Amino acid sequence: MKAKHQRLTLVLLAMVALIGAGLLAAYALQDQASYFYTPSDIAERKPEAGQAIRLGGMVEKGSIQRSADGVTVQFIVQDGTAQQRVTYTGITPDLFVEGSGVVADGRLDANGLFVAETLLAKHDENYIPRELEGIDMTSGKHKTETLVQ
Amino acid sequence: MIAETGLIALWLAASLALLQFALGAIGLRAEREDYFAAIRPVAVAQGVFVTLSFLLLIWLFLRSDLSVRLVVMNSASVKPLLYKFAGTWGNHEGSMLLWVTVMGLAGAFIALFERSLKRETLVATLAAQAFISLGFYAFLLISSNPFERIFPIPAEGQGLNPLLQDPGLAFHPPTLYFGYVGLSVAFSFAVGAMITRDVGAAFAKAMRPWVLGAWIFLTLGITAGSYWAYYELGWGGWWFWDPVENASLMPWLAATALLHSVTVLATRDGLRAWTLMLAVVAFSMSMIGTFLVRSGILTSVHAFAVDPKRGSFILALLAIYIGGAMALFALRVGTVKEGSRFELVSREGALVANNLLLSVILALVFIGTLYPLLVEALTGEKLSVGPPYFNLATGPLALLLAAVMAAGPLLRWRRDNAKALLNRISIPILVAAAALFALALFTTGMSVLALLGLALAVGVGVASFAPLWKRNLRRTPIHTYGMIIAHFGIAVALVGMASESSFTEERLVAAKPGDEISVNQWKLKFEAIEPVAGPNWTALEARMTAQYGDGAVHDIQPQNRMFPTAQTQTSEAALLTRWNGQLYVVLGDGDNEGRWQVRVWWKPFVTLIWLGGILVALGGFLAMIGRLRRGYKQRKQREFVEAML
Repeated sequence: MKAKHQRLTLVLLAMVALIGAGLLAAYALQDQASYFYTPSDIAERKPEAGQAIRLGGMVEKGSIQRSADGVTVQFIVQDGTAQQRVTYTGITPDLFVEGSGVVADGRLDANGLFVAETLLAKHDENYIPRELEGIDMTSGKHKTETLVQ
Repeated sequence: MIAETGLIALWLAASLALLQFALGAIGLRAEREDYFAAIRPVAVAQGVFVTLSFLLLIWLFLRSDLSVRLVVMNSASVKPLLYKFAGTWGNHEGSMLLWVTVMGLAGAFIALFERSLKRETLVATLAAQAFISLGFYAFLLISSNPFERIFPIPAEGQGLNPLLQDPGLAFHPPTLYFGYVGLSVAFSFAVGAMITRDVGAAFAKAMRPWVLGAWIFLTLGITAGSYWAYYELGWGGWWFWDPVENASLMPWLAATALLHSVTVLATRDGLRAWTLMLAVVAFSMSMIGTFLVRSGILTSVHAFAVDPKRGSFILALLAIYIGGAMALFALRVGTVKEGSRFELVSREGALVANNLLLSVILALVFIGTLYPLLVEALTGEKLSVGPPYFNLATGPLALLLAAVMAAGPLLRWRRDNAKALLNRISIPILVAAAALFALALFTTGMSVLALLGLALAVGVGVASFAPLWKRNLRRTPIHTYGMIIAHFGIAVALVGMASESSFTEERLVAAKPGDEISVNQWKLKFEAIEPVAGPNWTALEARMTAQYGDGAVHDIQPQNRMFPTAQTQTSEAALLTRWNGQLYVVLGDGDNEGRWQVRVWWKPFVTLIWLGGILVALGGFLAMIGRLRRGYKQRKQREFVEAML
C-alpha cells in the first residue's frame, strides 16, 4: 500500500467508525433515554404506559403506606400542584422519608400507577436532586440545620 | 502555625511552577543552555514544596486541628485515625491539593530520572507540566485554600460523609488521581514533542511508562470503586453507568487506546499523529471527569462534594489546556512525518482496530453521559440516560473488541495473512464454540449478549495464552507475560460480568427473627436484631447464620447504621464469599409487626469481575517492569560501549 493510500484508509476508517458511533448513539438514545417528569408534567401530557421515565418530586406527608407483604411501599409524589401515586417493591433508600425529595426510575402501568424500579434519595442530607431544583422544597425536612456555619 | 507553613509552602511551590514554566518557555525560544540546566532543580524543588504542603495538611487532619475550616467541615475528633487520614482528600480542597502534589512529584521524577529523551523535548515537557500545575495552584490559592482558618473555633467537627467512612475511600480516590495525573504527564510529553517537532520512537518510549502507570492506577481505581459501590450502596450492582463512574471509565478507555497506540509508535514508529491526538484526548477525559465529579452538573449517586463555581473553574482550565493542545496539534500535525507503513492484516492493523473500537465506545459513553446536559441546554427538557442505553450501545462493541484482543497478539508486525491467523486461533475458536453450545443447551433465560459474552470470554481466556505457544518460556520477555495476564484478566472479568447478569438469584422478604430464608443452595436463619455501637455510629444489626448446602454454618450480620454527627443512616451489606460466588445480604426497615425487610442475593462468580480487574492491573505492572528493565539494560550497554570507545 502506498503511503498516501494508507493514511487515507486510516482516516476513512476513523470517519466511518465515528459516524457509526454517532448513528448507534442516536438510535440507542431514541429508544433508551428516559425523560424526566414531575407529577404536573404527567398530569399535562401523560407518557405512554410502559415507557421508561424518571419521576421526581417530594414524598407527600402521611402518604407512605406499607403493604401486607412487608416489602412493597406505596406513596404519593407531589410537586405542589399535582400528585402521582407510586409503588415500589424493595428496600427503600436510607433517606427516604415523608417530605423528602425523591427521584424514581420506572414506568406507568395501565391504571396510571407509577411502578418504580429504582428509588433515589440521596446519601447526603444537604443534597437536593438536581432535577428537583426549582420545585418548592420548603416542605423538605432535610435542610441544612446540621451545618455549623 | 502548621496551617500557615503549609500555605507558605504551597505559595512557594506555585512560584516555582511559574519559574519552571518561564525557564522552559524563554529557554526554548532563546536557546539558552543555562536555562535548560536550571529547569531540572526547579522542578525537583517544586515537587518537594508541594509535597511538604500536602503532608502538613495530613498532619492537621490527624491532629483534628479545629481552627482550620477544612478540618471542621470534613472531620471530627472522634473519628477513627484511618478516616482522619483519608479525610484529607475526601473533600474538594484536599483532593485538589493531592492532584497538584502528584503532578509536582511526577515533574520532579521526570527531572531526576528521564535520560533518553532529547533535551529540548524534556524541557518543553517540564514547562508544559508546570503550566498545567499553575492552573491548579491558582485554583487552590484563589478559590479553595485548604489551610483557611475558622473563627470562632467550634467545639467539634462535622465529620465525614458516613458513606465515605470506609477503607475503600482511603485508596479509591487517590488511586484514580494517580491515574489522571499520569495522563497529564503523557499529555505534557505530547505537548513537549509537538513543540520541538520530535515525534518518534524515542518520545514514545519515554512516554510509555507514564501511560502504563496511569493506566494501572486507573484500572485499580475503577476496580476498587466498583467493588466499593457494590458493597457500600447496598444495591447489589457493581456498575450503574452513573456519570461519576463514566467519568473514570472514559479516561480509562482513552488510556487503553493510547497504551496500545504508543506501543505501535515505540516498536514500529507508526501511528504518530494518532498517538499525539490520543494523548490529548486521554487528558481531556481526565479533566472532564474531574469537572463532572466536582461540578455536580449531572445527577449522580456518588455526588459528594459539589459546587457549581468550582465546576466553572475546572471547565475554564479544561478549555485553556485542551483548546491550546488542539490548536498546537492542528498547527503541528502537518510537520509530523509519516510513520512506517503496514498491511491491514498485521499486528498494527489489529491495534488500529482496537483503537477504533475503544474510541467508538468512548464516544458512545461520552455522548450518553453528556446528552442530558445538551438536551437541557437546548430545549430545557430534562432527561436521563441510564444502563439500557449504555448496555445496548457499548455491549456488542465490547464483545467485538474482546474478539480483536484474542486475535491481535497472534498476528505478526507489518504483514501477515488471514489464513495463518485462522490456523493459530483455531483452538480458541473451537473452545468458544463448544462453550456456546454447552451454554445454549444447559442454561435457560440468558440474554444473547451474556450468552455470547460468556462463550467468547472462555475462548479469549484460552487465546490469551496462545502467544506462548511453541515459545521458549524462559526467554519470553516479561512484558509479553504482562500482556498475556492483562488480556486473560479481561476474559476473567467478562466471565464474572456475564455470570452475574445471568445467574444471580434474589429474594426480598419481610422476616421475623426465627424465620428462614433460602436462595439457591443457601439457607439463612434470621436469629435476632440487636443494637450495636461503633466509634462514631450506632446500628441495628441482624444476627443471621447462613449455610451453603450441607456446608459449614457462617455468621452473617447486615447492619443499619446511624451517624449522629452527620444525622445520616447507611445500610451496611453483609457478604459471604465462596469460591463460586458471593452471598449478599441487606437489612432494610422494620415495621410495627416486628418484621424486617431483608434482601438476599446469591451472585455466582461475581468476584471474578474484580479479580479480572486486578489481573489486568498486574499485567500492566509486569509490562512496566519488563519495559523499564529492558530500557535500563540498553542504556547501560550503550554507556559501556561509549566508555570503551
